[in-house]
Amino acid sequence: MSNFSQMIAEEEIALVEKPEKSEPLGLLFWLCVGWIGLNIIGAIFANVLPLQNPQFQDYNALNVGPSLHHLFGTDDLGRDLFARVVYGSRISLSVGAGSMLIGFGIGSPLGMLAAYRRGRFDTILTNLMYVFLAFPAIIATIAILSFWTPRSLIKIIVVIGVASIPLVYRVIRTATLNVATKDYIIAAKVQGATDRRILLRELLPNIAPIGISFLLIGVATVIALEGALAFLGLSVLPPTPSWGNMINESRTILQQNPWLAVFPSLAMCLFLLCLNFIGDRLRHHFDVTEVKL
Amino acid sequence: MLLGIVFIISVGSFYLIHLLPGNITTVIEGPGASPSNQAKLYKLLGLNKPLFQQYFIWISNVLRGNLGTSFISQTSVASTIRAALPIDLEMMFLSQVVAFATAIPLAMRSARKPDGWLDRIFSAGSFTLLSVPSFIVIVLLVLFVSVKLGVPHTGPSSYVPFNQDWIVNLESMGLPTIALAIGSFVVYFRVLRSDLIATLQEEFITMARSKGISQRRIMWRHAFRPSSVALLGTAGVNIGGLLAGGFIVQYLLNIPGLGYTLIQAINESDYLLVQGIVLVVSVGVVLINFIFDFVINIVDPRISRE
Repeated sequence: MSNFSQMIAEEEIALVEKPEKSEPLGLLFWLCVGWIGLNIIGAIFANVLPLQNPQFQDYNALNVGPSLHHLFGTDDLGRDLFARVVYGSRISLSVGAGSMLIGFGIGSPLGMLAAYRRGRFDTILTNLMYVFLAFPAIIATIAILSFWTPRSLIKIIVVIGVASIPLVYRVIRTATLNVATKDYIIAAKVQGATDRRILLRELLPNIAPIGISFLLIGVATVIALEGALAFLGLSVLPPTPSWGNMINESRTILQQNPWLAVFPSLAMCLFLLCLNFIGDRLRHHFDVTEVKL
Repeated sequence: MLLGIVFIISVGSFYLIHLLPGNITTVIEGPGASPSNQAKLYKLLGLNKPLFQQYFIWISNVLRGNLGTSFISQTSVASTIRAALPIDLEMMFLSQVVAFATAIPLAMRSARKPDGWLDRIFSAGSFTLLSVPSFIVIVLLVLFVSVKLGVPHTGPSSYVPFNQDWIVNLESMGLPTIALAIGSFVVYFRVLRSDLIATLQEEFITMARSKGISQRRIMWRHAFRPSSVALLGTAGVNIGGLLAGGFIVQYLLNIPGLGYTLIQAINESDYLLVQGIVLVVSVGVVLINFIFDFVINIVDPRISRE
């Protein structure tokens, strides 16, 4: 009799545990996705949307607080802060997306190939990447950007993108290694599948979840990095607004107009928080084991 | 391995100056420079020699502690760096002490009851803070402390070296230390928490519990030591980011450390100074990483045996 009740208990535990295994992504997750989507739409259609000109200087409305006319208020030159925050997202988003495109475009095929092929190719490439990983990427980025004048958005994207390749390579290679030794890959090989087919149809879908979550966290990191570069005067130059240089400009008149620091900071933090949250949820959702970033 | 990396860094920093567009001498001396001055500088930099020979001359100077003389301020780059470096070291040291002193007890508290209400609050809080870059922390801190509370933060003239007046020195270090410590704390807390939770499920912990060892002793002696490996590894990786964060903090608060000097050098196109700082900082970060690897091997001998 006790066995029977134990069985029921185990069944119940299994029942309780099952939904936990494939737990839903949750409302907060979709809210974050929505917020990211809204930001992307705002960045793409900034010049079509009914926004005020981010460069227009209204000398009758300097340092005005938030109002219906100026949703976020204006800055010390009378420029509409809301328009500048929306336009500023263009720089942050394109640096984030562009450099990760380069990093993943080069780093992930190399990582997959190295983990799949192994052998000398893998050894040489991995050692090379580890040497570059030891090089502090942030310092290298600052160094190259300060010498490679005149600065432009493309150069920033290229430098950060190339600097991220070793990191992407390592994460993708580790993820692929875990999958490449699985039985179904061996089965595919035995069946005579081509390398191309195994890489694209068997390996790629299986490392995609970890790749995507790492991509999102990477974009967040890069956006923060662009902000840091803007502080050092190494990002796009004013008057082009970016979240980073808006916060940077605000600090000299922090006392008169704190909104100037608050809104771009809020925009950036909220965006980063959503990206990190989505990345983190996805990783847990697909039950991927912890990879040290 | 270490030598290889340092070699690559030195080649990279050496080559930086060749990234400048156009004639280097024009860039350094400005468009109004006379041809004779340009020719002098050209020779001074040794640009008429082949590239590998230039590197050889440069590296032998660097190894003797000569990083060149700035064209802007006419001072030796090495002495400028030597004056600024202690400030960075002090900032890093203080912020790490604060970060570890807060992250370790909080992570232990969280790991004791995972998913308890305290853990949930700490985890959610640290996750939110993870998304706040250090420069935003410092701007908001300055906004809150200086503007709202009316406490003045220090300027460039009021920075006092530690050996002159340590009380004033520590006062001026308060704000930057907190700003930097927050970023490190978040990372350390999250890593240590998840690692402690995993360690506490190991069999040797159950064994220790069954022997009746106190919770505190189990935490510190049995769980913390293996878990601190992950913590140290993260700290080593964190150093590079910490330095860059420190640069911005110094710039914002006018603390004349390496970062402040670097940004000024960038703005004034003082390329030799930028080159020197990049070289020193990169080698420093690599060395610190190696020291951390070494310490990890001592803390957890299992790693080197694998």
